[in-house]
Amino acid sequence: MTSPATFTQAHISYAAVVPMLVIFGAALVGVLVEAFLPRAQRYLVQLGVTLIGLVASFLTLVLIARNNRGVTAASAVVIDAPALMLQGTVLVLSFFAVLLMAERFDTKYPDAFTQSGASVPGSPTETNAVRLGATTTEVFPLTLFSVGGMMLFVASGDLLIMFIALEVLSLPLYILTGLARRRRLLSQEASLKYFLLGAFSSAFFLFGSALVYGATKTIQFGALADAVASTNGRDDILIPGVFLIAVGLLFKVGAVPFQSWTPDVYQGAPTPVTGFMATTVKVAAFGAMLRLFYVALDGLQWNWQPVLAVIAVLTMIVGSVFAVTQTDIKRLLAYSSISHAGFLLIGVVALNKTGLSGTMFYLVAYGFTTIAAFGIVALVRSSGSEATHLSQWAGLGRTSPVLAATFSFLMLGFAGIPLTSGFTAKFALFSSAVGHGATWLVVVAVLMSAVTAFVYVRIIVLMYFSEPTGDTQVVMPSPLTGIAVTAGALMTLVLGVAPAPLLNLAQHSALFMR
Amino acid sequence: MLSLLIFLPAAVAAVLLLARVPDRVALWAWLVTGLVTVGLSVGMWAAYLHGHGPGQFGFAEQVPWMPGIGSSYHVGVDGLSLPLLALTAVIFTATAVYSLRERQQPRSYAALFLALQTTSLGVFSALDLIVFFVFFDLSIVGMYFVIAGWGHGPARRRSALLFFLYTFTGSLALLLGFIGLYVASDPHTFDIAELAAHPPLTGSGAAGPLVLAAIALGLAIKTPTVPFHSWLPPAHTDAPAAGSAVLAGILLKMGTFGFVRIAMPLLPEQWRTYAWVFVGVGVASVLYGALVALAQDNFKRLIAFTSVNHMGYILLGLGAAGLAGDAHARSVAVTGALVQMVSHGLITAALFLLAGVLLDRGGSYDLTRYGALAGPAPRFAALTTVAAFASLGLPGFSGFIAEFQILAGSLGPATPAAAVAALGIVLTAGLFLWAIHRLFLGTPRTGQVAFADLSARELWAIGPLLALSVLIGVFPQSLLGVVTPAADHLIALVGR
Repeated sequence: MTSPATFTQAHISYAAVVPMLVIFGAALVGVLVEAFLPRAQRYLVQLGVTLIGLVASFLTLVLIARNNRGVTAASAVVIDAPALMLQGTVLVLSFFAVLLMAERFDTKYPDAFTQSGASVPGSPTETNAVRLGATTTEVFPLTLFSVGGMMLFVASGDLLIMFIALEVLSLPLYILTGLARRRRLLSQEASLKYFLLGAFSSAFFLFGSALVYGATKTIQFGALADAVASTNGRDDILIPGVFLIAVGLLFKVGAVPFQSWTPDVYQGAPTPVTGFMATTVKVAAFGAMLRLFYVALDGLQWNWQPVLAVIAVLTMIVGSVFAVTQTDIKRLLAYSSISHAGFLLIGVVALNKTGLSGTMFYLVAYGFTTIAAFGIVALVRSSGSEATHLSQWAGLGRTSPVLAATFSFLMLGFAGIPLTSGFTAKFALFSSAVGHGATWLVVVAVLMSAVTAFVYVRIIVLMYFSEPTGDTQVVMPSPLTGIAVTAGALMTLVLGVAPAPLLNLAQHSALFMR
Repeated sequence: MLSLLIFLPAAVAAVLLLARVPDRVALWAWLVTGLVTVGLSVGMWAAYLHGHGPGQFGFAEQVPWMPGIGSSYHVGVDGLSLPLLALTAVIFTATAVYSLRERQQPRSYAALFLALQTTSLGVFSALDLIVFFVFFDLSIVGMYFVIAGWGHGPARRRSALLFFLYTFTGSLALLLGFIGLYVASDPHTFDIAELAAHPPLTGSGAAGPLVLAAIALGLAIKTPTVPFHSWLPPAHTDAPAAGSAVLAGILLKMGTFGFVRIAMPLLPEQWRTYAWVFVGVGVASVLYGALVALAQDNFKRLIAFTSVNHMGYILLGLGAAGLAGDAHARSVAVTGALVQMVSHGLITAALFLLAGVLLDRGGSYDLTRYGALAGPAPRFAALTTVAAFASLGLPGFSGFIAEFQILAGSLGPATPAAAVAALGIVLTAGLFLWAIHRLFLGTPRTGQVAFADLSARELWAIGPLLALSVLIGVFPQSLLGVVTPAADHLIALVGR
């Protein structure tokens, strides 16, 4: 090629990307607050900045970005209906996750986070920091950066932006994971594991992108789709490239065989952070995966569909079966999230419009239930720290009837009992798979649903029909947790009883732009 | 009005849970609600007879629910469902009477049963597959809590979990079949009336049998038939008496009702092709249930296995309806199957309540630990004997009307099957007589406690059930008037 290297400035439709700008702006304000405000004021200001940022971003999304859809920034960012729906989901779920993170109970500091993340656990530095009243309010801007990354992730129009967004959303999560106040070593171990494995998977993603670029001479999804459709004879590097990219994304959603980090990280991370990760990261990663496979690689479906189908089956089976043997509630929810990732993969494999809308509905439904569940997990305490061992949950139905009833309802939601969002979501997803002929996948999913139902019902049995063990107590939450848990439980009910509005929204949003 | 009937019990249950009413008030509220539902369902029955032909749905209500996926809240009644709605109201009222003295958390107990009644009425009124499934599945959750929370015996939680997992898996198979019907329909819909008008899988090759297999599996587990019955005996043994009465009387009918409401009219071609499978499973259930019941010393397990036996007759009759043969004979078989649903509900509910009395007085269901009870407890002996005779199919009781029609109707289309199934009647006669012999005659066992006779409360709970069975046995037209046209219509639908 001899074309002269001319540079044309990319046009950016600011109206389309303004929600992301608001989030990143709020995050930067948060950094400044952290640098210049006295400790005592940071908590309230940070919380205010974060919540206002999230709400403002959501408002701009609904009021401005929705009317300015399009491919922008030299095809690097695509603001289309699925992107908007997924961004909105991320924002709403993050709002409630931030409420959980801000929970202080009756102390002066966010309860879940250590007061001095940089110090060695148990060291004099840490003691000193606690004495001086240090706080870890940097979790708020970190969360915002991660949210911004997720919003870009689901709207990315080429592989490079997708990679950058992947890193932007991941790096703050690695830090957040290591900031637990109690059992700090476990938390730091989880953080390191997550970081190392995450870095690996990112490298796979990048290497895969390079191979795909080598085969097709493009990284932009629309052009990629055209290049893939016209046979170019470089399948020898194109197909491995596609699968390496998939590794990076499958790692993020915790699909088998890339799931091994999930239980450790879910257990080690501060519980509100686990709630945040379990919901928003799933939304973002599945959003990106849907865009990649539906837009860029649908021409290669005969190559990736069987592989993803096998992964979906393995993920469902491993997640469900291992969940049966768990004795720690956070690890149990981690394995349950793996099995749900398996169910969600069915929607990706379906490669049709109902698959797309079903997956998006499932993500919303699962997100609300999960946020509320982790909100409740943080309330059950034993001598000050969280009582995560299942035996400590025995008899909660008698000692804390409201909490036990709410958690039981959420468990029924996970199990997919009718009149909860879980049923509608599974139903929408399974219909899409039967519709495109993958009935065998649905048969596996149905069997695994029964297995997971056993897991969830066992928790209910434990809470209602076992004797209380003694030192387990439930702390009274502030309105912050109260709002988040109530909203999550309420949405679980509403999406089960009257799912039509959200189903319609998902169906109308189920069209990607190239 | 139909929605009022369906949701009235649930509304009362919600009030009971939210308002901390005294326990006695809660139990009486349960009973009064039951009586109101009896009144409503009987009123609807009478009104339906006066205004609707066979195959027409009365009191139909349709409200959009999930329009995007072709599901609406659609309910209605016809000759298939009216007897079962009335049966539901009657049996729940009887359990309410029986439970008036319940001491363990009576308020929650009443609320749970009322909620369960709503799910049962909902299943029998549903004209949309998803509505059907929702109520079907919620009934499992409700019954799970009844067994796990109010059951007795050390293994009750295990039994409850086995019940939940087994039937929940079955319901998922059912859902799979429903989705299959939905995908095959054009335009996509879950509406039972529309699907029955245009059976979606006609001439479709392999998909039809698979969808029928999924639906039949789900329903067979719920019914239950051999070989999917293994959840039933432990669930019954450990459930409270009122729970057993509802489980056997109503919840099992959800399975058989699913066959007549969904499997037969929506998949007529497949039903005809595979009718012999259902005939075979029916006969196997008849014989297996009777033989295993014969070997039981536990009175409740004995009744549980006779349920398997009785459900087998229903399947035999429904299967015979799909075989080639005289349309009238097949209609008689279906009529018998429908009557059997009502008859078995009344008689078995009565038997389970009587078994509850046995446990209450003697602390055990073990037949070998009782003897000569006819002396101290003549009313108990009389009612148990009447219920046993009704259950074994003696003329003059509803069981005879049912089983005679099933056998007479299937004799033509499925001669060997009907002949073999007739053996089942002999077996059940033998096992009931032997049980009566052990319980009421002979000499008292050593260490047998004083056995108080039925109280007025127990008499009022059990007596009406048996009286209704006699009523149907003596004036079958009271039930056949609505059932026979519905059976004829069903035969016409299957024959398409």
